[in-house]
Amino acid sequence: MEQGNGKKLVIGVIGADVHAVGIRILEYAFREAGFDVTNLGVMVSQEEFIGAALETAADAIVISSLYGHGELDCRGMRDKMDEAGLDGLLLYVGGNIVVGKQDFVDVEKRFHEMGFDRVFPPGTPPEETIYYLKKDLGVD
Amino acid sequence: MHYALLIDFGSTFTKVTAVDLISEEIVGTASAFTTVDSDIGTGLNVALDRLRRVTGDIAFEFKSACSSAAGGLRMMVSGLVPELTAEAARLAALGAGARITRLFTHELTRRDLIAIEADPPDIFLMTGGTDGGNRACMEKNAEKLRSLSVQFPIILAGNRQAIDACEDALADFPVTVCPNVMPSFGVLNIEPVQREIRDLFLKHIVNARGLSKTKEILSDILMPTPSAILSAMKLLADGTEKETGIGELMGIDVGGATTDVYTIARGEPVDMNVICKGLDEPYAKRTVEGDIGMRYSVAGIVSEVGQSWISERSGLTADDCATYISELSDDKSKVPLTHDDALARFDHALASGAVEIATRRHAGVLEEAFTTSGLIYVQTGKDLRSVRQIIFTGGSFIHAQSPLDIARHALYTERYPMSLRPKQATVLRDDRYILSAMGVLAEREKDIALRIIKRELVPLGDISLGDDS
Repeated sequence: MEQGNGKKLVIGVIGADVHAVGIRILEYAFREAGFDVTNLGVMVSQEEFIGAALETAADAIVISSLYGHGELDCRGMRDKMDEAGLDGLLLYVGGNIVVGKQDFVDVEKRFHEMGFDRVFPPGTPPEETIYYLKKDLGVD
Repeated sequence: MHYALLIDFGSTFTKVTAVDLISEEIVGTASAFTTVDSDIGTGLNVALDRLRRVTGDIAFEFKSACSSAAGGLRMMVSGLVPELTAEAARLAALGAGARITRLFTHELTRRDLIAIEADPPDIFLMTGGTDGGNRACMEKNAEKLRSLSVQFPIILAGNRQAIDACEDALADFPVTVCPNVMPSFGVLNIEPVQREIRDLFLKHIVNARGLSKTKEILSDILMPTPSAILSAMKLLADGTEKETGIGELMGIDVGGATTDVYTIARGEPVDMNVICKGLDEPYAKRTVEGDIGMRYSVAGIVSEVGQSWISERSGLTADDCATYISELSDDKSKVPLTHDDALARFDHALASGAVEIATRRHAGVLEEAFTTSGLIYVQTGKDLRSVRQIIFTGGSFIHAQSPLDIARHALYTERYPMSLRPKQATVLRDDRYILSAMGVLAEREKDIALRIIKRELVPLGDISLGDDS
């Protein structure tokens, strides 16, 4: 495991999504990469992400969604964060975040418009997310 | 000398209980009006004179007391997010027997500071942030409290990274530091704070309150009354090494101004398709409903259940109910003259409403969620459906004509299927108000206290889901 980098992540699976395994793998991978991780598990609401980010003074929120309803579940997340005083906080989303097979360029654009800083398609290896987290948070 | 004297300084009555430590029996109880305005010792002496008429002249091996006189232990608590650290702070203070006069979330405002200055608490519990998490909330609040012209003991129990700055800012206050009430997300750690609250209560509060001019009485006051009751309930549920307890239970005390609910139960989910959310809840949990009570808080009950509910259950007309509501708001000392007069029936409905609301607020809830793996339930708070014993204490229940009908309102019902209250229970009643006294006695004599509680609580019968209510 790398030395802790002092950056704090809040991660979880949003909405009525019960995919429990992937988020544990991400938790492990992020921790190994030196992040301080608060894993909220599955079926996490926007409010829970925000409450946890406030109390832990998180540096980023990483949202996972695997059941296709991510677009509905994520709508308004950035606005709520702004309301809660978390304006500007790094916000990622990844997984099977939309229904069916859609062109990822369109999907990414829609999520950018919703205020997400980075959007990851299905099958993204954790290393890629870790790479961008470190880059965006100015680690090493 | 084999007698113990246990005293409960209540806001209205000072109750005394004499226990024979050899035969393990209560040899007498008595009460008198609490005299807080002059000297609390005056009322105590009247109660003791009355006790002596029952017991004769006996010498006591020790005397111990609990107190909720002079407003009880008045606390203010602050935290960051309402459902997280602020809730942890609230649970900690209530479980320590405090009355929360104000709860602050996020940063304190100027108006908050004016409110604190106008009515300073006995203890201020400041929390916020997980360890290593948010520092700004605690640090800014400490900086703001520093400007106050009044001082009071402050317990710092938030993000440990914020403690140094807070201690510096609050150098003029008596400050104690405790481990974080929520050291990491969702984890509750309130026992250290509760021990500290108790210590402060002993060291500062009783003295500062001018409860008595007699030093001798002071040294015997061990804890706030609700804390004594919670500890008696916990003893009864868990037992001791020598004496078995009765298992998980719920306790209800419907008072004149507030309604307290206690549960000694783990409350973990029982089904496979349940996911828990929110803060862990304490095994020994106390909640207080400040707007639910039989005299000072009638309006709170009525506004929650509705006037027609009260009128239906009391058999009184809507007009009669309205009359009682306004009469009771003018004269809090009104009591029923007979067991079945109109006021007694009105009180029956009020108590039923109080039990209904207070238990619903205390118990955990389920929410349905439809997922790709089928129906899932999300549980917040404790699942009390398998708790099988309910203890009632407090006057409104002790004098009630049909207590089981009132008690039924503490049960799970199809009308509120998501409220996780007991499905069936044996109802026990604290007929002689001994619970607080036994909580105090348990400080020295756990086994004796437990055996007395087990003997003294009166079983009224069993109630279950589906009984007509």
